[in-house]
Amino acid sequence: MMLRRMIRKGHIFSFSRSWHSLSKNIQGSLNLYLEPLETSGRRGYVSKAYFGNNKGWTPYLLTQGPALKSGKAELQSSGQRFSMLLEVLKRRNFSTTGGGVSDETYEKEKITVTFVDKDGEEKQIKVPVGMSMLEAAHENDIELEGACEGSLACSTCHVIVMDVDYYNKLEDPADEENDMLDLAFGLTETSRLGCQVIAKPELDGIRLALPVATRNFAVDGFVPKPH
Amino acid sequence: MALSSLQKWFFRGICSASSKPLHVCVVGGGPAGFYTAEKMLKAHKEVQLDIIDRLPTPFGLVRSGVAPDHPETKIVVNQFSRLAENERFSFFGNVSLGTSVSLSELCDIYHVVVLAYGAESDRILGIPGEDLNGIHSAREFVWWYNGHPDCKCVAPELKTTDTAVVLGQGNVALDIARILLQDPAELERTDIAEHALASLRESSIRKVYLVGRRGPVQAACTAKELREILSLKHVQVHIQEADLVKSPLDEEELKRSRIQRRVYDLLSKIASSQPSDHVSCERDLHFVFFRRPASFLPCNDANKVCRVRLEKTFLKENGATGRQSAVGSGEFEELECGLVFKSIGYKSLPVDGLPFNDQKGIVPNDRGRVLSNAGKEPSNFVPGLYVVGWLKRGPTGIIATNLYCAEETVGSITEDLQQGALHPHISLDKPGRDGLLHILQDKNIRFVSFKDWEKINTKEINDGKLKSKPREKITSWEELQEIATQ
Repeated sequence: MMLRRMIRKGHIFSFSRSWHSLSKNIQGSLNLYLEPLETSGRRGYVSKAYFGNNKGWTPYLLTQGPALKSGKAELQSSGQRFSMLLEVLKRRNFSTTGGGVSDETYEKEKITVTFVDKDGEEKQIKVPVGMSMLEAAHENDIELEGACEGSLACSTCHVIVMDVDYYNKLEDPADEENDMLDLAFGLTETSRLGCQVIAKPELDGIRLALPVATRNFAVDGFVPKPH
Repeated sequence: MALSSLQKWFFRGICSASSKPLHVCVVGGGPAGFYTAEKMLKAHKEVQLDIIDRLPTPFGLVRSGVAPDHPETKIVVNQFSRLAENERFSFFGNVSLGTSVSLSELCDIYHVVVLAYGAESDRILGIPGEDLNGIHSAREFVWWYNGHPDCKCVAPELKTTDTAVVLGQGNVALDIARILLQDPAELERTDIAEHALASLRESSIRKVYLVGRRGPVQAACTAKELREILSLKHVQVHIQEADLVKSPLDEEELKRSRIQRRVYDLLSKIASSQPSDHVSCERDLHFVFFRRPASFLPCNDANKVCRVRLEKTFLKENGATGRQSAVGSGEFEELECGLVFKSIGYKSLPVDGLPFNDQKGIVPNDRGRVLSNAGKEPSNFVPGLYVVGWLKRGPTGIIATNLYCAEETVGSITEDLQQGALHPHISLDKPGRDGLLHILQDKNIRFVSFKDWEKINTKEINDGKLKSKPREKITSWEELQEIATQ
């Protein structure tokens, strides 16, 4: 189901809060990312929705939609977690078996992405525009960990963008992503979290390396990592 | 050591040709245990693997350590739970190393034993007054608010004082400060234990001091947690500008570490920002640097703490390592408080028959292979015995650190299997899971299978729905075992 239709039907909230980029995992089946965006003087919200198997969506501009009647939006604290009860969304069947999601993504433009694993082996895959690199990796059996399933709460989907030109085509990481990158193993100047790199046409041909696990576990001379 | 794909294919071919199962036992069902299990099962198709845990509930500190208001950090249990679908895997909860089964028994019935039982004790300060009431270890407090069945009764007194001192400035210390100062209403929709929520609602704590013996440059917390504590409603954060002065060695340290740089920048921002006028701040958080505790003092009630005596410190370089340590200056001051939390580190516990380094609190090992003494000769390896996680590295790191730690230990096991380092031990027929079942049956121990855990899980989730919580944790041994054995 197109995100725009969801908005028009009042399935998505309207928000008038200040900047935050958040996600909430509703019983493992729904992730909703919201980023406020100001365009042509009108405050709207871009949202990326992930359903069921974390299918990626192209960002859509959300205009001020009617508030969800049976749900509640609660901002726990600015810049942190966003609590939502999406009862209506769950009741509306968003299962991928309906073919809605895969049909949508099938129509989308695809880009070529090459993953290089820690042994130097390369795998070239096609990624629909709007899908995250983490999700693309999982769809193609590439061993990229994703402990927090794209919630910006870990660094296990850390990838290294092999060409600095492609790295520069990505939007700067938000504070939340940088906070997680701090903890990534084998961090480089062109490191990003795979769940935050979203396929777009300009990234066609991008090469992503999986970091080599560094042997830094000797207790002697050990530099303690934070909890 | 990276096996080429040809080598990997060849080796797997050899192993499946032998078709004799390799029985592996992992002791401890936290992140280290589960990551190890995952990687062992994936790398070796002939492996039959069991995780044993002394609790009826798996997942270790993901369940009992991660703060209730950090639900995204707990999502990793979905990945761990998928292991239960593997028919070569079994979970045995309520089975304790030492009481239910001994290490030597495990080594008899399994070809490979991997110890992943973490650190369930605490570092101590060793200063006068440490035994006074009102002084708790961070681990106990965290277990208490997370509903760990061992800590239900360790209820700290939150109604008798308005000031708490937390010794340490790592993320656990920040968790404690946040839980104490957060508006309890914000915690109502989390999986915090009900007894803790009730206690926090009546808490009189209004001031928390986070005390570190070194400076802001060395603060052990990380940016995300700092940012979070800054955004707490109605909490004013205080840092002295004077503490932010950097020495040339400090500058060097910052240059080398991105984490420390970003933390220092955040702390500087706090120090220079003005309190917001339109928001009333009823609670205060103070970052206190360059102070180490010298003693705890009681007041009228001789058994209860009412003051912490702190010694001012300055930094001195350790040889030429670039690392700076705190040195006492001989100047003292006192902080009044009714509650103290020591967040200075966890400590592993030794087990009968297991080599243990008391000073470091770890099992001596070489990349996960247990050493029978501190030496590094191959001839001193204990065949078939490995270690992973905090028990191997010391109690530091995040959940993801265990990912790489498990990779290293599994790598060592694979290497040993390949190079015949485990012969003739490996070629012996061992009963594995059947052997464990036998022992447990003989001792009349009712273990908790993964399916049994799922009964507990379902009940907790259903109970939680009634209160808009992700789950309502079951916090007593009796109730956990009762539901598991239904």
